[in-house]
Amino acid sequence: MTTNALLIDYEFCTGCHACEVACKKHLGLPQGQFGIKLLQDGPRELEGGGWEYNYLPMPTSLCDMCAPRIAEGKDAACVHHCPAHAMRFGPADEIAAAAAEKGRRAMFVPTV
Amino acid sequence: MANALLIDYEFCTGCHACEVACKKHLGLPQGQFGIKLLQDGPRELEGGGWEYNYLPMPTSLCDLCAPRIAEGKDAACVHHCPAHAMRFGPADEIAAAAAEKGRRAMFVPTV
Amino acid sequence: MEDYYESHKGQVEWQDGDYTVTRTTVWSGPGCHDGCGVLYYTKDGKLEKVEGDPDCAYNQGTLCMRCLEMPEAVNNPRRPTRPLKRVGERGENKWEGITWDEAYDIIEAKVRSIWDEYAPESIACMIGTGRANCWQVPYLCYSAFGSPNFCLGFLSGESCFQPRSAAMASMNGDFLIADCSQQFEKRYDTENTEWRVPEIIVNWGCNAVASNSDNFYGGWIVDCMQRGTKLITVDPSLTWLAARSEVWLRLRPGTDGALALAMLNVIIEEDLWDHDFVENWCYGFDELAERVKEWTPERSAEICWVEADTIRAAARRYAEAKPAAIQWGLPIDQAVMGIPTAQAINALWAITGNTDVPGGNIIIRNAFDQNVSYNYGYNNLPAEVQAKRIGAEYPLMSKAGFSSTAHSDSILQAIETGEPYPIRMLWLTSTNPIANMASDAPRVFRAVKTVDFVVVNDLFLTPTAVAFADIFLPAAMSPERDMQRVWWVPLRGMKKVVQYAEAKSDDTVVTELGKRLHPENFPWDDDKGWTDNILRTETPGYDGGYDDLCNRDVWVYPDFEYRKYEKGLLRPDGQPGFNTPTGRVELYNSVFSLWGYDPLPDWAEPSCSPYASPELYEEYPFVLTTGARSFEFFHSEHRQPELTSRELHPDPLFEMSAKSAAELGLHEGDWCWLENQRGRCRQKLHVNPSLDDRVVRAEHGWWFPEREAAEPSLYGVFDSNINNLLPQCENGVTGYGAPYKNQLCKVYLCTEENSETLPSLHVTKMGGYSK
Repeated sequence: MTTNALLIDYEFCTGCHACEVACKKHLGLPQGQFGIKLLQDGPRELEGGGWEYNYLPMPTSLCDMCAPRIAEGKDAACVHHCPAHAMRFGPADEIAAAAAEKGRRAMFVPTV
Repeated sequence: MANALLIDYEFCTGCHACEVACKKHLGLPQGQFGIKLLQDGPRELEGGGWEYNYLPMPTSLCDLCAPRIAEGKDAACVHHCPAHAMRFGPADEIAAAAAEKGRRAMFVPTV
Repeated sequence: MEDYYESHKGQVEWQDGDYTVTRTTVWSGPGCHDGCGVLYYTKDGKLEKVEGDPDCAYNQGTLCMRCLEMPEAVNNPRRPTRPLKRVGERGENKWEGITWDEAYDIIEAKVRSIWDEYAPESIACMIGTGRANCWQVPYLCYSAFGSPNFCLGFLSGESCFQPRSAAMASMNGDFLIADCSQQFEKRYDTENTEWRVPEIIVNWGCNAVASNSDNFYGGWIVDCMQRGTKLITVDPSLTWLAARSEVWLRLRPGTDGALALAMLNVIIEEDLWDHDFVENWCYGFDELAERVKEWTPERSAEICWVEADTIRAAARRYAEAKPAAIQWGLPIDQAVMGIPTAQAINALWAITGNTDVPGGNIIIRNAFDQNVSYNYGYNNLPAEVQAKRIGAEYPLMSKAGFSSTAHSDSILQAIETGEPYPIRMLWLTSTNPIANMASDAPRVFRAVKTVDFVVVNDLFLTPTAVAFADIFLPAAMSPERDMQRVWWVPLRGMKKVVQYAEAKSDDTVVTELGKRLHPENFPWDDDKGWTDNILRTETPGYDGGYDDLCNRDVWVYPDFEYRKYEKGLLRPDGQPGFNTPTGRVELYNSVFSLWGYDPLPDWAEPSCSPYASPELYEEYPFVLTTGARSFEFFHSEHRQPELTSRELHPDPLFEMSAKSAAELGLHEGDWCWLENQRGRCRQKLHVNPSLDDRVVRAEHGWWFPEREAAEPSLYGVFDSNINNLLPQCENGVTGYGAPYKNQLCKVYLCTEENSETLPSLHVTKMGGYSK
């Protein structure tokens, strides 16, 4: 499997925008443009107690899967900078296996 | 093997059917969701065209439709998606499907 | 694990734990214009759950949110349980519960007194759009009351599909729809059907994924996209479909006709038209070419606010794609130039050879040639009564038989003036005009108050019921009725699975009342009997009756052929060609010519616009468009706060661009007044970054069942009612078309000072607006 994928562990994503900014810098994007966009669900109080409150960064159509960085032996800009270590980039089969290791994980395949 | 949920966000129209189907399956009151529609855009792209995507995200209440799966039914959200943009199954199969084309996301809500 | 649905294939009813599962179909209300296959889960006489039926080719197991939430409406505590008789003044919301027989006694006595003192035609009957009573209420009107005056509930210019229908019927002798394989039970199985994936689908003023309009399920467009279809979208706002389109034409609302004429110009000037089809099967191409010569992309670009090159790109892409389909929507109808615009768009698919080809725009008839619709029972009227139909001066509408009706605007004027004769009684079934269809809601409010006797038959007590009803009859919802329904395909059976209090189906009410007034026209015993009668006598291609359809087949697809004009399948004489006077697609409309209408497509400025009324535009600097659909609501339905629809969409929203909002100092979520020379209403701002800075979009259909019912509140129906700002009785020369989607307005923030008198008080107690 040569397709690459992006893993988000949204149990740990804090919504800090580091991925958004790292990506903007990598792609050289101006204000108003994003290569990955932070989405948000909540905060919403749960009936059974506690709160639903998750962030989920979603790659946009501008995401280039950090091809130039990967070619240089670097990690994807968003993954590299994620303060929560909540992201991972790699071959889709490895990412899929990692996603299935625990819950509250999402795998994105922006392009193939 | 964990089960997973595939979203083809190239084709999700944001119609809310998954949200309501899930609410009915879980018997949730107003203000509670087992899957929640998120939205990115509409945002005009510098190079022309628009970024405008919807992405339903399972919440902590998602039970992966265990009772429905046990009855030989599909997950409630997947069953009712008018755009046929969702799929549910073992994580390895879903991962393989996710890697077949772009603009797909796989969720593993719980293992 | 055996697939659950495989294990129940072919069954129409089974047990699933405590639930009884019933396989049937739905039709509004509540709901929409589609009739999806569903599985009803009932327990102890209560509807608990609705799921999509994977066996039904129409929706293939999927379902949209309004049917998924149906139990919230069916079991809603706000539903009236029995017939009601008004005991206070109109608008006071004071009622006395009565029996059905008492209600029928009162109605029968009133009808007979109108017959004696005036004439049957002084009774008018109206319904809402696309509902499951589109033949029962016409039949009641013609065959029980003896009046020719049936129409949709004060829908100005009958501008909901009817202008497009009339244009298509007169040009082609038939109706055409975008081909997404919906006529085949095998659907996308191209090995076993002749269907082909459209290379291009044009979403022309139609956001089908939200509107599911006119028996067209929006999910089909996505199905086609997943099979390779590319899109062109014509819409003032970036819809989700527009974002996925090769070409998005962000036109100024109300200029669809100018755009279509320019596309015709490009296709003809650049020789992109289908010479074979035009030469063999079209009439009047030279006249059309002459007409569109002046409609250059540059000219239309100025009118439409779309770049000329974008118009060229769209025209070329559409004309060169084989096949290409156009899925169009209400903006075509909701303009004074609705008919000529529909002619122009119809000409586009004709001259590009997309008529009745796989993946193009196909000619479709109702399954098994069932033709019970707005004219059902009309022949029971004597010719001299038919001649008195209000709107007889519009022959295309009132006489031609293209789903013809009386003319709503003229009925309004008859109520106001007594000309050509007075209207003494209104029967309103599942229509809520002052919340929805009446383009000038305050005017209709005042007029209907003067009608002697009003019966409202609906699912809920609506603002219309509280304001006008002398008698209210509780209507059954979809799972509470035994009936059949056809709109194109398939023929569908609907089965009653629950009973709500004393609510009755339209079929039952009309039968019971009809038997009292004209028993000879109602030879069946009940709703099932009527269904059986329609299937056996009005559905020549179907071999069966009520039991066969509702308890065995559930839905049935007829055979379908493409290129029927080549095969002699369209004309009564069996000859090849179209069912028109010339036997061809009439680009030059000979029927129009006969009646003195312009036989060719054309376009003119809306009367209120930046160019036609510059002085108004100076004061009201936004082009106002209304009526776009959201996922949550079917027009004025689904507003009950118990519904998931209101949870997800609690407030009426209007949209403007970020730049315009910033210039006015407005922010997301601000409550604002929308106002023009006619009136004002308030909605909440949603910033839409895709809009032209000069355009404002506002929602329609809003009322608030949680607010006080009695006037002056009237469920707040006028407070956020965009129809305070629209005119009525401004129609095209054919009587069709009205400017719902092309007005002007200004926008300002709601403050305490400027909100002291809310529109509902202003209209209901102070005689305000539309003077």
